[in-house]
Amino acid sequence: MLGRTANGVFWMARYLERAENTSRLLEAGFRMALTRDAEASHDEWRSLIATVGFTHGFEAANGSDYSGERVWNFLLRDKANPGSVLAMIEAARTNARAVRTALTREVWEAVNESWMHLREALARPVREAALGLVLATIRRQMTMVRGAMDGTMLRNEIHNFSRIGTFIERGDNTARILDVKYYVLLPSLAWVGSSLDNVQWESVLRSVSGERAYRWLNAGAMDPRGIAEFLVLDQRFPRSLAFCIDKLRSNLRGLAHEYGHETSAHELLRALGTQFHEAGIDQIFESGLHEFIHEFIAANQQVALAIEADYRFVA
Amino acid sequence: MTQAGSSFDEMFAPDGTVRPAYGGYREWYEAQDQALLRRKGAEAEGFFRSTGITFNVYGDDAGEERLIPFDMVPRIVTAREWRRLSRGIEQRVRALNAFLHDIYHRQEIIRAGRVPLRLIAENDAFLPQMIGLVPPGGIYTHIVGIDLVRTGPDDFMVLEDNARTPSGVSYMLENRETMMAMFPELFSKLSVRPVQDYPRRLAKSLAACAPDCAGSRPVVAVLTPGIYNSAYFEHAFLADQMGAELVEGSDLRVIDGRVAMRTTRGYQPIDVLYRRVDDEYLDPLSFNPASALGVPGIMDVYRAGGITIANAPGTGIADDKAIYSFMPEIVEFYTGEKPLLSNVPTWRCSEPDSLAYVLDNLAELVVKEVHGSGGYGMLIGPTSSKKEISAFAQKLRAKPHNYIAQPTLALSTVPIFTRAGLAPRHVDLRPFVLVSPKGIEITPGGLTRVALKKGSLVVNSSQGGGTKDSWVLED
Repeated sequence: MLGRTANGVFWMARYLERAENTSRLLEAGFRMALTRDAEASHDEWRSLIATVGFTHGFEAANGSDYSGERVWNFLLRDKANPGSVLAMIEAARTNARAVRTALTREVWEAVNESWMHLREALARPVREAALGLVLATIRRQMTMVRGAMDGTMLRNEIHNFSRIGTFIERGDNTARILDVKYYVLLPSLAWVGSSLDNVQWESVLRSVSGERAYRWLNAGAMDPRGIAEFLVLDQRFPRSLAFCIDKLRSNLRGLAHEYGHETSAHELLRALGTQFHEAGIDQIFESGLHEFIHEFIAANQQVALAIEADYRFVA
Repeated sequence: MTQAGSSFDEMFAPDGTVRPAYGGYREWYEAQDQALLRRKGAEAEGFFRSTGITFNVYGDDAGEERLIPFDMVPRIVTAREWRRLSRGIEQRVRALNAFLHDIYHRQEIIRAGRVPLRLIAENDAFLPQMIGLVPPGGIYTHIVGIDLVRTGPDDFMVLEDNARTPSGVSYMLENRETMMAMFPELFSKLSVRPVQDYPRRLAKSLAACAPDCAGSRPVVAVLTPGIYNSAYFEHAFLADQMGAELVEGSDLRVIDGRVAMRTTRGYQPIDVLYRRVDDEYLDPLSFNPASALGVPGIMDVYRAGGITIANAPGTGIADDKAIYSFMPEIVEFYTGEKPLLSNVPTWRCSEPDSLAYVLDNLAELVVKEVHGSGGYGMLIGPTSSKKEISAFAQKLRAKPHNYIAQPTLALSTVPIFTRAGLAPRHVDLRPFVLVSPKGIEITPGGLTRVALKKGSLVVNSSQGGGTKDSWVLED
């Protein structure tokens, strides 16, 4: 396949994943804001903008007015935000269009229809009453695309590149949520036992739609160590860092099998995998959760860059 | 303006009886619930949108993709009519290729005084880079679209030859898919000749033109200017259907005397390039140096026989509107036969007598730019205001050699489906022809374009035209 096509498939998957993650993040933020006073919810919205890395852009347009409606419209549809859900869907669709020959008709149509629906749903500013529906629409559309991919794509290099894009992005997004919220998970004498931690902890889980899974696995008991372990190391949870690494590994293995040799990306990922394999949650806390996450984000990015170079994404 | 009533209607005779081609269809139509048909029409639009069968209109600000409207009444041709047409088309396509070979070699037709030298020498479509070059397989125009209009039961005329990069074949294919999805019962009831194997035939035909250096399975790629090109959908569609790579200039590079594409495994040579990029942009080293769409050095590889370019560069000289008026002579010169398909009578404004006539009769004529296409820059006398006509007359006087004129034809009509039932609209037909050393293949039918506005004669999609599924019936 063409290097440019691999690049297009990879980025299509990344943009779709980012759009979906932003909507999950908003859902958690919205819920948090509804259960707290104005000042606390402003803090929550501020941390959301920080998570996606657009503090500068947001404040350039809105100053320090972190009201919910401004934040979610910024994240969903603001033209000043190149990472908005609408911009992501458009970028995903443009990439899909450029690599149409690599996609099944069903996948292309699912992406194209998502773009048509969301362009419509996000044509005007989203009011509070409509937010829930809009967020649900985004996730439903993304689910349709994923379903079409799962049900119709050949399990070949094209599929591998698209899955690699998905899990590079997902790992990055989960890590960024942890990066902004890590302090919530650190043992703090002042907070222990207050109802505030529980809400905060649950919000972290909600950001990755993991609250039910976590409760189910832990019979309802919440503690920061358990939550961190769940999001970083639990291979059963599809948005954990360990899960993303595992999927990257199997898709890169697929490429090595098809091409008959490994590349520098395999090397880098193996090193990252080993680090995860050896790390226990106690050790991670001991050497610093924050540092650990930063190292992960950088290493994940290195893997992505190596794949782009090894498979000749650009001339 | 030609009234629909005075034109030949392909479905209904003047006395209201149904012509034989449409007998079976009419029977089915009468049995349909009109409200249901209306709903199906709306469905078709949704289908086209979600499939993304769109085109971009040049000069449109938003670069917005538009749909070409689809009309669900088929355009039907009988087996007998089609046999006659195919013979004429084949003859014309043979002549076009022979003309191209001659014009880039000995120029016998000019020596024989049948075509004036200045028409070639002063024509931008003539590429000196092609002189003396024999393309692999000896074919110049591999994919041809011959635009036909009809004015009576047996009167088909060629309006235009498209020998460079005829477009629209994806609409022919999608229109058929749409019709089969909407009205499957029609196809089990009537015997319509299939068109769906076009991409497979195209792939075979292109592979048969591969250069000698190609392996047993030639590598074919489609070269597109990219996603913002008006016909991008078609480029992607054809590449997909042929199982060929869809490449852009930035994917290609000349390596070791071959044109190669950048794959995830490294550079891989291409044997046949079905290019949908204009000559001018094909090679910045040979043509427009500012082009980012082409491949630097591809013409050197081509000259050395390292790649087949379809259609060959310089084929535009054969479908130029100034050359068009010489097509009857060209057909006769190379085939030794009388042309089976006639031309539309054409005045060359470069000739003083013709210019005088055209200027006197602008209100009745259609005047076209010699190098124009897509219905841009033309004058349709009967529908233009006095002011528009006098403005056009000025342009004409200033650059007479830039124009040809034709009578306003009473184009045939075929009904379209409207809220009020069937209503006649003017149509043309573009059959698609594939040429390889193994022979000439014509897909039964082609693309019918229809002017959706009542009385309008302009069928171009860029000017509000639509399309119809085109049927050739089995015997």
